[in-house]
Amino acid sequence: MSFLLDVTNVSKRFGGVQALEQVGVQVPPQSIVGLIGPNGAGKTTFFNVITGLYPADEGKFLFDEVPYSPESVAKVTKSGLARTFQNIRLFGQMTVLENVMVGCHCRSKAGLLGAIFRLPSTKREEQAIRDKSQSLLAYVGLSQFADMQARNLSYGHQRRLEIARALATEPKLLALDEPAAGMNATEKLELRELLLRVREDGKTILLIEHDVSLVMGICDNLTVLDYGKVIAAGKPADVRTHPDVIRAYLGHGAVS
Amino acid sequence: MLKTLPFNKLNRSTYLWLGAFALILLPWVVGAGGGNYWLRVLDFALLYIILALGLNVVVGFAGLLDLGYIAFYALGAYSYALLASPHLPQHFHTIAAAFPAGMHFSPWFVAIFAIMLAALFGIVLGLPTLQLRGDYLAIVTLGFGEIIRIFMNNLDRPLNLTNGPKGITAIDPIQLFGINFAKILDLGFIKISGLYLVFYLFLLLVIGVAMVCLHLQDSRIGRAWVAIREDEIAAQAMGINTRNMKLLAFAIGASFAGVAGVLFSAFQGFVSPESFTLWESIVVLSMVVLGGIGHIPGVILGAILLAVFPEVLRGVAEPVQKFLFGHVLVDVEIIRQLIYGLALILVMLYRPGGIWQKRGNH
Repeated sequence: MSFLLDVTNVSKRFGGVQALEQVGVQVPPQSIVGLIGPNGAGKTTFFNVITGLYPADEGKFLFDEVPYSPESVAKVTKSGLARTFQNIRLFGQMTVLENVMVGCHCRSKAGLLGAIFRLPSTKREEQAIRDKSQSLLAYVGLSQFADMQARNLSYGHQRRLEIARALATEPKLLALDEPAAGMNATEKLELRELLLRVREDGKTILLIEHDVSLVMGICDNLTVLDYGKVIAAGKPADVRTHPDVIRAYLGHGAVS
Repeated sequence: MLKTLPFNKLNRSTYLWLGAFALILLPWVVGAGGGNYWLRVLDFALLYIILALGLNVVVGFAGLLDLGYIAFYALGAYSYALLASPHLPQHFHTIAAAFPAGMHFSPWFVAIFAIMLAALFGIVLGLPTLQLRGDYLAIVTLGFGEIIRIFMNNLDRPLNLTNGPKGITAIDPIQLFGINFAKILDLGFIKISGLYLVFYLFLLLVIGVAMVCLHLQDSRIGRAWVAIREDEIAAQAMGINTRNMKLLAFAIGASFAGVAGVLFSAFQGFVSPESFTLWESIVVLSMVVLGGIGHIPGVILGAILLAVFPEVLRGVAEPVQKFLFGHVLVDVEIIRQLIYGLALILVMLYRPGGIWQKRGNH
């Protein structure tokens, strides 16, 4: 079986803390894979490592069956792996539309002279960026907020905007770090719809999430981390009954 | 309601024509009211606009706090001073022999040279400071600005390159189509001071620079700069090469200052290190911050206000003190710095985005 993302034996140490120990995650194309685990298990660290934010101590990285070394965040994005952040990192002073337009940066190429002299090719590209960004806003349901400053959006909308912005980089794999955090029940339902639609449109999603019903409902596969190690991986139904998983979440007494 | 009022029906081009007309008349109004002294102030204000717009690219768009910006102005000014004055031929026989008629490079040629030189130095300053942000970047850039000034101040020994603190004199004036901008132009029926021509020339350049800024702002590059300012890691996650974009901001900001420097030394006819102190960097930064950081019309307003204000003060503060106390109690320079500080504090407290800030930034 081929995987879109195939990462094995990733280790990362921060001083005396072994944050990740021989972690491996496989993501088949056009699937939604969940990465779950208690707080401090190393999920976000794993994200930061595979997207090039932190250098890994060791590990083997295959993206789309090509080895890659995650050293620069920008290069990882260019190769087709886009991410969102647990603590939302929008460009607060820019408008909602501009945020998505920034996402188009790595798939456009207007240079300095093109920008200064507004060459015809630059104008065409600029219009294409605008159109694409507007349709992405419609896709995530934020069209009516296009001209609003991003920092004035509600929490749930900010999370959706981060997804739209990540989609603008035309990723093959979308890595979402707790997209449902802080959302209310309705927003979570809408998010679920959105994620399923993204998968239907041919994209692959790697998801860190704490909301159990969301994860169980949409993920094709789950990988469970605890103290920097993979303790279980497989179908959601198998993972939820796995004794190590129950122990990690509920403590020793819950298993027997 | 408002939409039915007639003045809203005036379209953009009407406003543009009115604005252009006002700008063409401006030097004549100022010249008639204040003479050559105020014309000179007006011309310098235009130079300051170019400087402020350039610094705005670095500080306003890309969010890189630069306290040594005036160094690039110095580079431009000294480039022209050395290439179009008798200084180098006087002190170096080989140069005198190579240019028997004296060194008289055209300011337009030197301007292009200064753009490249300043951009290069912008990159030289940017490279080691890529990892620095905020205060730390400010300290390094401040050091850079001082280093350039101290070099200019001390490069009169062992070889006299810059003539040290005495500065360089007898720099060629601006010339265009055979018209000398430093003299009085005799059109037969009317004699006009070169200061008017300088105004129109600088005005054209300001318009050009402002257009470049506006175009950059609404481009892929401008958006990348603002993204870096807002959140560098998120900008990287959008595939933006933050290193190259930061260097580009430094280079473009510096090149504006380089051009302004060439014009400054040609207009003034004299340069010395005194014109490029830290205080000058702070003044230009104040123009950007006070006017409206990151907002081009605001920056232009800030530059005009802070360029004209000291001259108004000079004309008012001394006579008022003499009238009140019989003699000058507090030096005008001290009052100026006091009011600058006060104005900045008030703006930071009540309008942190500047006097004329972007719509929606409150």
